[in-house]
Amino acid sequence: MNRWSRKAALATSMVASAVLVASCGAGGRSESSSSDGAAAENVPGVTDTSVKIGAHFPLTGVAAPGYSEIPSGAKAYFDYVNSKGGIHGRKIEYIVKDDGYVPTNTTQAVNELVQKEQVFAIVGGLGTPTHSAVVDFLNSEKVPDLFVSSGSIKWGDKPSERPMTFGWQPDYEIEGKIIGKYIKEKMPNAKIGLYLQDDDLGADGAKGLKQFVGDQVVKEVKYTPGNTDVAPQIAALQASKADLVVGFNVPSYTALSQLTALKLNYKPKWFYTNVGSDPKLVGSLLAKFSKGAVKDGNSALDGIMTTEYIPGVDSADDPWVKLWTKVWDEQGKDGELTNYRVYGMSQAYAFVSALQASGKNLTREGIVKAIEDGGAKWKGPNKLPFRYSKDSHLGISGVEVVEIKKGIGEPLQDPMVTDLGDAEIKPDSGTAEQAPNESGLPDDIKGAE
Amino acid sequence: MRKALDTVRGNVLLKHSLIALLAAALVLLVMESVSPFRQGQLAMMAYYAIAAGGLTVLTGLSGQLSLGHGAFMAIGAYTTALLLQEREGALPMIVIILIAALVATVVGAIVGVAAARLHGPYIAGATLALAVAVPGIALHFSSVFGGEQGLNVKVPEVPRLADDALYFLTGTETSTSEWVAYSAWFLLIIVYFLLANLSASRIGRRWRAVRDDEVAASLAGIDLGRDRVVAFVVSAACAGVAGALLALASRLAAPGSFSLVLSLTLLSAVVLGGLGSLLGALLGSGLLALLPNLATSIGSSMGLSDVKAAELSPLVIGLTTMLVILLAPAGVVGSVRQLLAGRGPRATTAAAGTPGAGADTPTVAEPRG
Repeated sequence: MNRWSRKAALATSMVASAVLVASCGAGGRSESSSSDGAAAENVPGVTDTSVKIGAHFPLTGVAAPGYSEIPSGAKAYFDYVNSKGGIHGRKIEYIVKDDGYVPTNTTQAVNELVQKEQVFAIVGGLGTPTHSAVVDFLNSEKVPDLFVSSGSIKWGDKPSERPMTFGWQPDYEIEGKIIGKYIKEKMPNAKIGLYLQDDDLGADGAKGLKQFVGDQVVKEVKYTPGNTDVAPQIAALQASKADLVVGFNVPSYTALSQLTALKLNYKPKWFYTNVGSDPKLVGSLLAKFSKGAVKDGNSALDGIMTTEYIPGVDSADDPWVKLWTKVWDEQGKDGELTNYRVYGMSQAYAFVSALQASGKNLTREGIVKAIEDGGAKWKGPNKLPFRYSKDSHLGISGVEVVEIKKGIGEPLQDPMVTDLGDAEIKPDSGTAEQAPNESGLPDDIKGAE
Repeated sequence: MRKALDTVRGNVLLKHSLIALLAAALVLLVMESVSPFRQGQLAMMAYYAIAAGGLTVLTGLSGQLSLGHGAFMAIGAYTTALLLQEREGALPMIVIILIAALVATVVGAIVGVAAARLHGPYIAGATLALAVAVPGIALHFSSVFGGEQGLNVKVPEVPRLADDALYFLTGTETSTSEWVAYSAWFLLIIVYFLLANLSASRIGRRWRAVRDDEVAASLAGIDLGRDRVVAFVVSAACAGVAGALLALASRLAAPGSFSLVLSLTLLSAVVLGGLGSLLGALLGSGLLALLPNLATSIGSSMGLSDVKAAELSPLVIGLTTMLVILLAPAGVVGSVRQLLAGRGPRATTAAAGTPGAGADTPTVAEPRG
């Protein structure tokens, strides 16, 4: 009895002291948070001379080749803008965090950007699974989540649910629609085999395509990213006698499908989504996967059809590509200008346009409103205009169907614009793509006030 | 006072309770003094540590090497995500975490029965297959588990009672992410408390006996299979809790989060800290949760480009692991203990009461088979 009471006394005193230590400066709940009101005037990440933004990209890991170049392109363009004095006197400070394409890491990276670095906005965060991890957090924290680097429709189809998030590249569904209509018109007798990545990319693309050529599809195969054996899928396509294979897949699976088809002596016509068709990357992957049996080079993809929505490095005469070349020569670090860097610069250009349009008085709500109000009319490298409005935060409104010849995409028809669902597909000969200004900045966009 | 200290030292349960209470107070102090971002990192450290704690009991005490603990975390995370699709009418967080642990326990029992028949590298192989297969299941049944994009988790609001209690103690409002971090650390303390008691109990002694000599253990009347399965189940339950917390902290359950790398990371946390020691598991988890970010920040502040700075963190982790294994093969805690034991006058009997003291000898790192 005595021993127990001594133990109890000891335990109680330890607990009491622990609680005492922990409760320093605490007490009842008294509402005295009125000072917060004044502090709310300060917009996170914004001063009179700077604006701090962040992004998450796979800089390491399996998804890093190619994708890790995007932020270096964006940074070069921001540095170029800064060298011209910035926008409304503010220089752009761009912080990139690595997530290795692992969603849990994306959460950490974005927490760091928002909570520690106190960025004004997230610009160009890459990947559907990765960005899905943070999109609700960004919206609940009211952080502008601009120009996600992914073609999923969920970044823009319901602005009421995700008011701070904006898509950028054409979504997979409209790309599928435009490809479907092209096939319907130009190849009405083709027997179509679908080669799909088993996620939004494959599902949305197939959905759009089938609106037009659902009756022409003879076989549909899916692969799971990570499994590099696609022989069963390609063999199934071959057995179905499909003579046109449409792929909604990523670059490494373009290379794998080409290689497997070579082995099986299967020679259909190929049509790949823009996402999976960068000739340079696919060419180098082909050489790597075949251990040199297929020569590195552009000729491997000759005759393959795909789509484009911004001019790439192969169109050296395009005024935008000339601007990007100049920017990369002035501000670029290691390496040469690639299509991924062009992608980053084009996206950066859209953000700089949004900054310009927001005016001198930059706020988080203000930039969202500026994009909704004016974004659809901005000039830019995109061949087709953005769809931004109060009702849609979806990005570029269409694509151009091209055929790859010696690594260069030759247009097969005018660029087409459309929207989700039943929206009509109509030609649009480059209302967005006009030559850039002399300065290389979107300084003709009228700012608010 | 000396008498009181002796009482504490003599009574394992009392000692562990006091350590747990002090740890809880320390958690309150630390959590309130750091930024929201650091709280997120601490939450990450806590769920790593819970899983690593379970793993260190399994591998260090019962001698079964699991390369598949990421799979049990995935099971916990997906259970949590499926139960938290709607914020309205969701179960309380603690109930959900317990359900997640229960599901992981059931799967752990099934796997454990299979694993108990296997030895050393064969267990490793079987659990490795599990680590590869479970994310594959999530991809295959994409209509239920959301495929590659996974399932978003609607983290429940802070319960009123907890909010008020924390306000009373700390004088600040508690955000949901802060609440998750608190929950993770309090659960960590509870889990470690239970594990420490378990390993100091009869079951823990049996595990060590089985690990050190199977023949001798069975001659002494120990049911090898049953004890191995129990160890596996305990360990899987810890991983389930950790997975649930991972889902809550990252607001997502997606297959990409549960790659083989996660399972190996847990194992390296255990090895870094010192196999069989809970303190070691905590330390190792801390290193793995905080070091990559630290390395990248140092890299950026030294003027490296973003890509170069990002590439620094796997390098630093790799080098650290190699250095620890070369210079301190028993892990950080194990090596420190060896040093102390070498100096002190035959301290082995005193150390026997502490959790995972059996890991003092580095030989346990080698599974028998």
